Amino acid sequence: MKLEDKKRVLREMVLARRFEERCYQAYMERKIGGFLHLYPGQEACCIGVMEAARPGYDYVITGYRDHIHAIKCGADPKEVMAELYGKETGSSKGRGGSMHIFDVKHRFMGGYALVGGPFPLAAGLGKGIQMKGGDEIAICFLGDAANNQGTFHETMNMVALYKLPVLFVCENNHYGIGTAIDRSTAVVDQYKRVCGYGIESAQCDGQDVEVVYEHARRAVDYVRSRKGPYFLELITYRYRGHSMSDSRSYRSREEEEMWKKRDPIFILRDRLIEAGALTQEEFHKLEKEIDDYIENEVVRFAEESPEPDVRDLEKYVLADRETQLPWLTGKVA
Amino acid sequence: MAEMMYWEAIRRAHDEEMARDPMVICLGEDIGVAGGTYKATKGLYEKYGPLRVIDTPISENGFTGLAIGASFIGVRPIVEIMSVNFAWLAMDQIFNTAAKVRYMSGGQLAAPIVIRSPGGTAHQLGAQHSARMEKVFMGVAGIRVVTPSNPRQAYGLLKSAVRCDDPVFINEHELMYNMKGEVPDQEYFHPLEGSEIARSGTDVTLFGYNISVHWCLKAAEILDKQYGISAEVVDLYALSPLDREGIRRSVAKTHRAVIAEEDEGPVGVGAEIMAIINEECFFDLDAPPVRVHSANVPQPYNHKLEQAAIPDHEDVVNAVLKLFGKS
Repeated sequence: MKLEDKKRVLREMVLARRFEERCYQAYMERKIGGFLHLYPGQEACCIGVMEAARPGYDYVITGYRDHIHAIKCGADPKEVMAELYGKETGSSKGRGGSMHIFDVKHRFMGGYALVGGPFPLAAGLGKGIQMKGGDEIAICFLGDAANNQGTFHETMNMVALYKLPVLFVCENNHYGIGTAIDRSTAVVDQYKRVCGYGIESAQCDGQDVEVVYEHARRAVDYVRSRKGPYFLELITYRYRGHSMSDSRSYRSREEEEMWKKRDPIFILRDRLIEAGALTQEEFHKLEKEIDDYIENEVVRFAEESPEPDVRDLEKYVLADRETQLPWLTGKVA
Repeated sequence: MAEMMYWEAIRRAHDEEMARDPMVICLGEDIGVAGGTYKATKGLYEKYGPLRVIDTPISENGFTGLAIGASFIGVRPIVEIMSVNFAWLAMDQIFNTAAKVRYMSGGQLAAPIVIRSPGGTAHQLGAQHSARMEKVFMGVAGIRVVTPSNPRQAYGLLKSAVRCDDPVFINEHELMYNMKGEVPDQEYFHPLEGSEIARSGTDVTLFGYNISVHWCLKAAEILDKQYGISAEVVDLYALSPLDREGIRRSVAKTHRAVIAEEDEGPVGVGAEIMAIINEECFFDLDAPPVRVHSANVPQPYNHKLEQAAIPDHEDVVNAVLKLFGKS
């Protein structure tokens, strides 16, 4: 990674962290409803992988912890925050909420709230790419707990069988909701689980964005050159609970503190400072700038945006009636 | 107009749509090299190749989800689920994704897939191969449900469904694939909404769909010849959305209604039609509407028990006679 890229990546990770912390605050103020699954601690995963891919060009799909993935693909943070506020200006027009961020113009194909649900959909994106013949790839980000769903095994079998261009990124944060991985999963090394399907895989540190980037670059090249699907496991940790209703009673504060010593933002920050490319003051300035941006533009946009019109309650259930009339009536000109 | 079998009509629709649009694919268990359990895809593998006619592993939730994901970016998949009983395994992808994705993405993404699947009681297939699922599908927003009662509809409904931008579930029937009927020689699109009057009458309306249309037609003949009762038969080939106007119009004409379905009675298609009649036709009625449906049991294997569990044309006749106080 070049120096200017490292600085941009640091900025993106800080934005990701502060965005999510601001969501936490808005949730406590009851501005955001529903379930809210936050990303602090895992920033290097999505940002490092997408740094090696082509955001806005490659198709990305994920689960419910999806805000940062959308933003990294190119979604406007203002629209993502407006979606969390349930506003008409939100990325899914207030119909999706935190767990269903979509930004199809940037090929962010959505966050889905059924654990393991996106696996087959990612295979389908790979199938679509295969039929169209471009050089895009499909990237599916999911957590370790999703791998215990039947869809994981059904999908791994199919992508290997049909040689579909899909990169699976397992963000192993060690917990499926409130159950530790070694209490739910017979084989804790997730990258080993796809070997039985003949799928290439690797495991790496998910806290160091440069390490993630290097591994992801190899994985992305492999998939893009049509050698087959690939499974990359990133070892990481989420600081907050599974969702806002989670008190984290199932794990110790010592464990959390231990992981915070390997914070993805601080690892890169310290490396840049050590290399003389950044000062502590510049970093604080960066944080301040981002906080101001989030407050003055992102949150303000969400606060000031209108709610959806109740008269549009049934819009988007089915396709537009007018354009579908020939098939609905059978009267084809 | 040529006669063809139900399966041939479905095969023809596949073939025409695949020839027209290279993004139309079909997938399912045994549909390729093996030619399809009901021959609905016979010969297509040889013609269009393995990229477009895809033999899938036996993993319904997985391959249905694959079809949905592909449909997000322009592919038009026709999914065959070998038996509707296996569609239960794919419910997460069908109901949680296909039916909801347009809504939860605020209109950005849609899943224009077609799912075809046979249901119903055939010859002693037992509980796990004899289910009907149409009532489940029609209760969920975001997915259309159609159910052909003859080869013409089977052909035309699949043609329309492939081109429609909504997910469409086509409910076929195990016993109907070898049924013969006329299909237009020229290209034909059957509407995805509405209903058809299969036989005109004045004294009572018999509502049916798929196989029960045939019980109703047979019953209407018996009622006419033996009892002098003129029955109208309405074919509800579209179950979601239901043709409320068509239901209302016929009941307003005949003032009596019998609803025939093969599914178990509780929470069924008949219950929904009954509710519509109650809400919209109450003052047109000369007698309370009657439902004819299966017993509320998993289908038994024993032939006698199996036949006792499902209704037929005689049950429809008896229901009508009861309405007229003749039983």
